[in-house]
Amino acid sequence: MLELRDISYSVDDNGTRKDILKHINLKVDERFVAITGPNGSGKSTLARMIAGIIAPTEGRILFDGVDITETGITNRAKMGISYAFQQPVRFKGLTVKDLIRLAAGTKLSVADACEYLSEVGLCARDYINREVNASLSGGELKRIEIAMILARSTKLSVFDEPEAGIDLWSFNNLIKVFENMYEKINGSILIISHQERILNIADKIIMLADGEVKAVGTKDEVLPELLGGSGVCRKIVQ
Amino acid sequence: MDAIQMNLLEQVAGLHEIPAGAYNLRINGKAEGRNSSANIDIVPKEDKPGIDIIVKPGTKKESVHIPVLLSQTGLHDLVYNDFFIGDDCDITIVAGCGIHNDGSKTTSHEGIHSFHLGKNARLKYVEKHYGKGDGMGDNVMNPTTICELDENSYMEMETVQIRGIDSTKRVTKAKIGDGATLIIKESIMTHGKQFAETDFAVDLDGENSSTHVTSRSVARDKSRQLFISHVNGNNKCAGHTECDAIIMDDASVSAVPEISANHLEASLIHEAAIGKIAGEQLTKLMTLGLTEKEAEEEIINGFLK
Repeated sequence: MLELRDISYSVDDNGTRKDILKHINLKVDERFVAITGPNGSGKSTLARMIAGIIAPTEGRILFDGVDITETGITNRAKMGISYAFQQPVRFKGLTVKDLIRLAAGTKLSVADACEYLSEVGLCARDYINREVNASLSGGELKRIEIAMILARSTKLSVFDEPEAGIDLWSFNNLIKVFENMYEKINGSILIISHQERILNIADKIIMLADGEVKAVGTKDEVLPELLGGSGVCRKIVQ
Repeated sequence: MDAIQMNLLEQVAGLHEIPAGAYNLRINGKAEGRNSSANIDIVPKEDKPGIDIIVKPGTKKESVHIPVLLSQTGLHDLVYNDFFIGDDCDITIVAGCGIHNDGSKTTSHEGIHSFHLGKNARLKYVEKHYGKGDGMGDNVMNPTTICELDENSYMEMETVQIRGIDSTKRVTKAKIGDGATLIIKESIMTHGKQFAETDFAVDLDGENSSTHVTSRSVARDKSRQLFISHVNGNNKCAGHTECDAIIMDDASVSAVPEISANHLEASLIHEAAIGKIAGEQLTKLMTLGLTEKEAEEEIINGFLK
């Protein structure tokens, strides 16, 4: 479904070239793929690149066999790529219902919108007409962000650290959301996460460090190494 | 009424026909229809253009429509309307002015509205301004609103000016009595070379009086906006003004807030923010499949809603 071919990305850091991603080759065909790795390893950059927000310096991105490297954000979204931000955006004036309606891309009944909110553990009646502004907490915003992705129901859904900024109590519920999603979703989920419980439900785990793919495999292959094994990953964990 | 006037009526008052209940319809500077109801008296003034609207004490769940329509180019309409809202009332007043100017001369409307709210009265006042027409003549609206709120009364004023007004100067002055509250919500969008100025002056004179003024505006193209507010806390009171503006293209927006506390127990806040649409907001909506232009429209519509 999604293929990254020899992707590199570098930025200018006060006159010197800084490589954020180095020759990444990846395929996402499974139902649930997790990307993990230490902070600064290039995970979020990769997610933003898949959504079309930033363009690679080198390499090609293919979606269902079509080269989308030059395709903009809007068209990628229309082709079936969804992207949940790590830090959800606030909007003065736009309500939760407005955003879910825009995400669904159709006129949405209140009942339909409420269903998506219930899925992410929000009492729909309390939230549907709330403005997506500073009055919502970080955890509430994250759930609304996820509800939007559910409403879009696209072939590929990319989540950038959905657990970031969520308290432990909410996190347990969030895991359930992803477990449910695993059962129900029609396409593939690509999720960036540090959480073992999220990695546990992944069909494939990709380990990223220093802008490079260090390991790819099932949880049984990658997790032991990640959680105290030898070599590169051990160094990263330490 | 002709088709142009019917369209203006729908835009400013949401009406498709002559309203039921109390109303006063003013077209091209002349009274075209008036109806008093059992509790609401509408009386034309004798010394100057305009009407007195007298609402009997205790009147509840009634509304008054007083639309003004101008479709004649070059007309300068000046009107004085005084509203006397009796004690314990709970009513809605819908005013609004629509100008359709196909000519080459400036058409203008100046409405001077004075509200006197009795004890415990509640009023919702809605005012929409709308302009249209293909002529070179400007559409000008300069509304003045004067509010006097007696003990424990409550007034909510909602003003909307979204399209077609080339120049506006809105002046609102209020004196708030003991326990009374004034809420003002203003939405403005200017485009082309339009100019809009709003000037709020609120005196919080009464003990436990309060006010909350919210202005949201969008300035596009080469339009200019000026927001001025003065809130004077003269007693134990609470005042909050918020001015929030989105600036686009080559527009300019100025916010000049002034809050003055003249009493130890006065608590006053002013917030002002001017900025372009945040890039992250556009990006978020684009990841939902909207084009940049569509995303911009959704953000603006939501902001002014």
